[in-house]
Amino acid sequence: MNTPLVRTQRRFRPGFWTAVFAVLVVAFCVVTFLRFSRGLGAVTHLSDSFPWGLWIGFDLLCGVGLAAGAFTLTAIVHLFNLKRFEPIVRPTILTGFLGYAFVILALLFDLGQPWRIWHAIIYWNPHSVMFEVAWCVMLYTTVLAVEFSPVVFERFGWHAPARFIHGLITPLVILGVILSTLHQSSLGSLYLIVPSKLHPLWYSPMLPLHFFISAIGAGIGMVILESYLSRRAFHRHLEMDLLEPLARGMVVALGIYGLLRLESIHRNGSFASILAFGYEGRMFLLEFTIGVILPVVLMSFRRLRTHPDWLVGSAFLAVLGFVANRLNVSITGMERAAGVRYIPSGMEIIVSVALVAMGMAVFAFAVRFFDIFPEGAVQSASRPPERIPGSLPESV
Amino acid sequence: MSMGLLVDTTRCIGCGACSSACKEQNKLPGPVEEVTTAYTWTTVQPREGVNVRRLCMHCEVPTCVSVCPVGALQKTPEGPVVYDAKKCMGCRYCMMACPFDVPKYQWDRPVPVVGKCIMCTSRVKEGKPTACAEACPVEATVFGKRDDLIWEARTRLRKEPEKYVNHVYGLTEAGGTSVLMVSSVPFDKLGLKSNLPSEPPAMRTWQVLSNIPDFVGVWAVFLYGVHWITARREVVAKVEHHGNGRNGQGGRS
Repeated sequence: MNTPLVRTQRRFRPGFWTAVFAVLVVAFCVVTFLRFSRGLGAVTHLSDSFPWGLWIGFDLLCGVGLAAGAFTLTAIVHLFNLKRFEPIVRPTILTGFLGYAFVILALLFDLGQPWRIWHAIIYWNPHSVMFEVAWCVMLYTTVLAVEFSPVVFERFGWHAPARFIHGLITPLVILGVILSTLHQSSLGSLYLIVPSKLHPLWYSPMLPLHFFISAIGAGIGMVILESYLSRRAFHRHLEMDLLEPLARGMVVALGIYGLLRLESIHRNGSFASILAFGYEGRMFLLEFTIGVILPVVLMSFRRLRTHPDWLVGSAFLAVLGFVANRLNVSITGMERAAGVRYIPSGMEIIVSVALVAMGMAVFAFAVRFFDIFPEGAVQSASRPPERIPGSLPESV
Repeated sequence: MSMGLLVDTTRCIGCGACSSACKEQNKLPGPVEEVTTAYTWTTVQPREGVNVRRLCMHCEVPTCVSVCPVGALQKTPEGPVVYDAKKCMGCRYCMMACPFDVPKYQWDRPVPVVGKCIMCTSRVKEGKPTACAEACPVEATVFGKRDDLIWEARTRLRKEPEKYVNHVYGLTEAGGTSVLMVSSVPFDKLGLKSNLPSEPPAMRTWQVLSNIPDFVGVWAVFLYGVHWITARREVVAKVEHHGNGRNGQGGRS
């Protein structure tokens, strides 16, 4: 069914990427051992001056944010009743669930005493944003697992529980949207408490809204990317009739977000610090150009929106820009007040990259074992590892 | 009966007796370091020709207390902000959020906890002064009721206006602190932040968090409403399609 040329290519690539994956896993195990035997100081570049680094900025903020496609798409299909998007709901929910699992695993590394992660259940402090985030992440991960469970039930032929969950889908989706709204915005609220530390290019009383809307924009970008990747697995064309309207939604979300950001910067009187072109100004321009301006401008043209390459490219830019924004809020914007530069250690990066790779491996396994795509389980002939290449590490 | 400390940089001779007494009182390992760490809760730094103490300011409305997800940090009625290491999971949000950068972490330990001055809370509860205040040979740090200390600080500024900067640090910073400082050198030159708002930072998040219950209710009703309308539209559309002659306009709204 495949041309011989393609087949030769495939026989080579999985081997290479499997080797990369194996090396990563070994390195990950070594770092894990060091982390838990010698403490955070031995493996990270964190310090008393800079207590939150890559594991919060990338793993937590981006992991949760990029999983926003799940609540956006379930709302579109089940609440707004746009049933034609149904074929891409399952992979989105799976990605969302894996994203949250990734976040929780990363937290087990970042927390000083991760075996106490359940303390948030018994010791309450409703004044703490972190407390709210902890509860929402806990509950929403459960919601995603329940939303995905019919797929597992069907696989084993248990139709009664699958039907039961289907009957609950509307309240489940509403609960999921509420929880997501709360904690997507709360990740921004985390930084409301540091008006004297976070650079005015990023600090704003509107941070919760910025985080929420940008997560919707980048979450849609992730859905487009995922569709592209899964289409590659099936050697089919992109479902442009579904993705083109999603891209329009992305333009609206990112457009509103961009205007809100500019308004906040104007209110803080910080346009001067962009024009000064210093460290913060340059990082802001980078983030804003690739994450907002380029995707919004490109996707405003119908001709580009209906062209698969431009569509996927723009979605990729939106996701990259989103990651840049979260890293800027959590790292770049905090450095001046801390008086130090923070660059993550190699071991911090290994943990983050290895967790992303493991998430992708689980995804690749799941699409072969379960009916994730409307076409059914991926046959082993069309190898999912082909989709692992590091070109898209954010897709967990 | 909120207690506090008054630190006067014009009196401090930099002998370090306070830091040593603190180490002893709180059984902290190692020598006194130049900056505060998880093992050095207070230290004396020479700056601009004077000596300035570093220690937890013990805010009136502490940011660390508001951000801790498990309530490991608490403000006691006596004034000290205390830490319960048994609850702490190590998220380090207190370190991030503290406007004075006070809480420090045991980065070198596999089972780490936060370290910061707890204003000798057990001594204070017994009515005794803190170890640092008791050890100070020149009364550069004095212990007392916060209200009395404010009065004392203002008296010093009034009597010798040429000697002091006309500001009591800690009176309004971040909503006010139990530790107060007076100095002959502007505070920002001593490494003390001068850009702190007089509103406690904790209020900024509480304004958002306190609205959550209302928000959840309204959002849930709205989302269900959207679902009801779209589902109803589908039903109506089906009826229009099959039941010929029936006008669906009424059900469309």
